[in-house]
Amino acid sequence: MNKLKLDVENYRNLLKQYITTHDETSLYQAEQFSKVSMQHNISPEEIIHVHIEALKDLYPHLPSEVDDSMNFLLEAMISYGLAYQEFQSLREKQLELKSEISVAANMQKTLLSTVKPTINGIDIGAISVPANQMNGDYYHFVTANDESLGIAVADVIGKGIPAALAMSMIKYSMDSFPENQRFPSDILKNLNRVVERNVDPSMFITMFYGLYHPATSSFVYSSAGHEPGFFYNAKKDTYEEIQGKGLVLGVTNDTTYEEFEIKVKKDDKIILLTDGVTECRLGDRFIERDEVLEVIKSYIHLPAQEAVESVYKHFERLQDFQLRDDFTLIIIQKNV
Amino acid sequence: MNINLEVEIVEQDSTAIVLLAGEIDAYTAPKLKEALLPLAKQQGLLIEVNLEKVNYMDSTGLGVFISALKATKESGSELKLVQLQDRVKRLFEITALDSIITIDSTVRGGK
Repeated sequence: MNKLKLDVENYRNLLKQYITTHDETSLYQAEQFSKVSMQHNISPEEIIHVHIEALKDLYPHLPSEVDDSMNFLLEAMISYGLAYQEFQSLREKQLELKSEISVAANMQKTLLSTVKPTINGIDIGAISVPANQMNGDYYHFVTANDESLGIAVADVIGKGIPAALAMSMIKYSMDSFPENQRFPSDILKNLNRVVERNVDPSMFITMFYGLYHPATSSFVYSSAGHEPGFFYNAKKDTYEEIQGKGLVLGVTNDTTYEEFEIKVKKDDKIILLTDGVTECRLGDRFIERDEVLEVIKSYIHLPAQEAVESVYKHFERLQDFQLRDDFTLIIIQKNV
Repeated sequence: MNINLEVEIVEQDSTAIVLLAGEIDAYTAPKLKEALLPLAKQQGLLIEVNLEKVNYMDSTGLGVFISALKATKESGSELKLVQLQDRVKRLFEITALDSIITIDSTVRGGK
């Protein structure tokens, strides 16, 4: 309370100075006084109280009407004081929430983290950038003793925390499937049931699951309504859409998924993505899927990891670029 | 970018025509949901959603149509989407939702 007392003195001097000189600087100092008071959580009615004290000090023979009116004003300010207190506590709560969300985001990162495997003859690049704090996209690599490589890419509808929670569910369900159940159609069929049972009707997940066998150079995949990727055929020097129609996860409980196969030869590339890549915007304009492919083509000669990062940086550098959705891009190239 | 969604509902007999104009995204989807779900919960109603003037829709919009579809299955109503722009139609095709929601992209009167 000592500090406040000092402040009363200070306030009285300022007030006196202003009343006698009408000096602009004392007005400015009054403003500073209010700033400092805010910093010390001093409520509006306390300021009025200080004003009354200072006024009585300066003019001991103040008409009683003025004195009364001041007390009246004091009462009239009480709600403002309460609002100010509420503001303070909301601000604290907001800081708390912010730090809780960032803890959750970090935890999600740890939970969903996947190790990019090193496999002879295959170069893998992967990038996933969330539009907000938490990522609703997910990719995961699964390796097994037979050297096969499973690749999952998924996108939860919507963004933020609900999407991130649903993603964790997918990850845990996948982890709980038995080792021998690695075929894309089985994995999607089982995940579909999990999602259908456990999420809100308006929520769904798109997912692509591919399984690559180095021994046979076969890439088997199924898609649950996922944005199609591209397959680069080195011999023909062409890019084709990776076709594979299947219903998104979580809509009906008995959905089955067809399996498709691509034979991967030397220098062929598999490009997987989420719709955050193809739904980029420049100001009011959408970046068309063809343009996205052109950008990918211009960096595809690079090592896979460098290529995916360059593609993202390319978009990021464009003027008026906005990332409206989480952005995930994976490139797999066969080197032998 | 303050592009909004306009929703107009015309009900006649057992048909409700929902005319949409604008964009359907995370910001406007709640408005669509508010309009569409009560209709989907009514019994024996044909809900025809006209998307001719919708130039953008993201997956949040798909989510609204999925929950409306689920609601119509319980109430015995029917959901039909008409006059979709190519960009919007592609979304229903990729997600294979066109296999479970009736979609008619022919221009009205052009049949």
